[in-house]
Amino acid sequence: MGRRQDTFDRRNRWLWVALAAPGAIWLLVLFVAPFYVMLSVAGGGVNEFYQTVVPVWNPLHWSSFNFTGVWHDIVGTGAFIGSPALRTLLYTAVAVAVSLAIAYPVAYFVSRYAGRRKALFLILLIAPFWVSYMMRMLAWIDLLQQGGIFNSALSSVGLPGNTDWLGGKSVTVVLGLVYGYIPYLILVLYAGLDRIDQRLLEASRDLGLNKWRTFWQVTVPLSKPTLIAGAFITALPMLGDYFTNQLLSGAPGTTMIGNAIEGQLDSPGETGQGAVLALMLLVVLLIPMIYYAVSTARSSSEFA
Amino acid sequence: MASTVDKPVAARSGVDKLAWRGRPRGNPWRRPWLMEGFTWLYIAWSIVPIAIAVLFSFNKGASQATWQGFSTKWYVGSQVTSVLHNPSLHQAVIQTLVLAVLTTLICVPIGVGFAIGIDRWRSRTSTGLNFVMIFSFVVPELLLAVALFLLVTQALTFIRLGTSAEVAGLVVWNISWPAIIVRARLITIGNTYEEAAADLGASRIGAIRRVLLPLLMPAIFASAVLVFASTVDDFVIVEQLSSTAATQPMSVLIYANVHGGLSGPALNALATIMLVISVAAALIGYAGYRWMTRGEGTSKRGTEALTGITGI
Repeated sequence: MGRRQDTFDRRNRWLWVALAAPGAIWLLVLFVAPFYVMLSVAGGGVNEFYQTVVPVWNPLHWSSFNFTGVWHDIVGTGAFIGSPALRTLLYTAVAVAVSLAIAYPVAYFVSRYAGRRKALFLILLIAPFWVSYMMRMLAWIDLLQQGGIFNSALSSVGLPGNTDWLGGKSVTVVLGLVYGYIPYLILVLYAGLDRIDQRLLEASRDLGLNKWRTFWQVTVPLSKPTLIAGAFITALPMLGDYFTNQLLSGAPGTTMIGNAIEGQLDSPGETGQGAVLALMLLVVLLIPMIYYAVSTARSSSEFA
Repeated sequence: MASTVDKPVAARSGVDKLAWRGRPRGNPWRRPWLMEGFTWLYIAWSIVPIAIAVLFSFNKGASQATWQGFSTKWYVGSQVTSVLHNPSLHQAVIQTLVLAVLTTLICVPIGVGFAIGIDRWRSRTSTGLNFVMIFSFVVPELLLAVALFLLVTQALTFIRLGTSAEVAGLVVWNISWPAIIVRARLITIGNTYEEAAADLGASRIGAIRRVLLPLLMPAIFASAVLVFASTVDDFVIVEQLSSTAATQPMSVLIYANVHGGLSGPALNALATIMLVISVAAALIGYAGYRWMTRGEGTSKRGTEALTGITGI
């Protein structure tokens, strides 16, 4: 059958190319080309008089002008990139760890024990997925503001109820990141855990392992690819986040690398440095992106 | 990602029944009360704040913390700050809907065509293009938005910042939904039906139109719902690519006004409208998916429709 299928497909090659073409062109012009423009802007210069970007299209003529600028921002006297970069890593690491600690038990429970109520649990877990990020942040701004419900609740149980949670607290920003990205993580973990063959768990029990050892020696190893994919799917948007901290804090003490990129991009004469920063972030993220892309490609073709 | 949809779930109904009976200690299928409690706590944490925010959009006063009675003034009543009467607020609603409709109309057909073409073309080029598509799915949105901003301001300046740039960016950001979901379905369907149609005398295009597309319809529909809802909720791309206030959709307006600017409950009203649009899309998606797969009669259809419209 494979052979016949091949000839069937080959005879119609022009048709398949034509069908794929609009999407392919869209991706090349609006996904691949933009990153080349980013390179050209990063390797380009600045018009000294107007402080506007001068992109250089020929890779042979790319200059290190903007790269040196960014280098001075990292190590020079007026360096300001270091702390947002470190903070981004720290926030993301803590937020991913907290998200996994919350999401894994929830996904595990729903995939294994929800039984006939699985659809109900799924609806409740999917609900936040359909609520916009802005709405979910706005909800916390309402709750955490001074004189807001959270502070009132604290003072009603005798704790200090006048904390300015939105005034630049790292804990608020990290919780915002967790709250913002955890629905995706739970769905990914659920999908992965649901795929684990229950018979393997029964076999493990029949062979004499108790439930904890079954969990650690069968379930956890089997869910490892899902855990890694889930950690990446949560970490990638967090590393490029610049609005959660603006919404929940707005203070310079909680800025992340995304804010530095956005700030440079918008200041006259420094757009090129913004492009350099964005490229640096892209390079750092390339390995997790490739891992995630490969695992996505594999899971979407595993029926073949 | 779209792989749970058609997987047979291991026979678990027997296990569920056991879980409800009083079994001796050490029974692995004992109901895990602690985990269930934790799950409910998580659900409460994820939903209650949003419910409170919706509630305060109906507050009579200007507070987002003290309930002062029910009113719809932030939606229609107030002449100055209601969504209906404030020009920037209702312009934002219209802009969101325009972007969502245009993006869905462009993104879904080219994404579906891309999925079919890539799946059948089978060459080095198509493998490469498939990877480009999956990269567009995993790249952080900020990086894509910055790159698109530079493209539109430095190179392809005929795509102006504003609605046209926003749609161009949203299409590329969302094209992976139809491409991935439809491709997963294509792989489960296989070539057999189309070949049978060809053997029975259908032309190639006829076989696609009358055999393949109907089979793909649930996946196409699910991805359309996802594209629509994710465009309504999008923030990063539209923020980078909008130009004037007239091209700012709801998410950008909320972001710009959270600290000062337009007063409290009107923003909650705007966010609630966004929520209603998304939830309506989800409900239509769920009902539509179930209706389209009604002939496939498995008892798991409810769960499958849920995972189908979420793309997992």
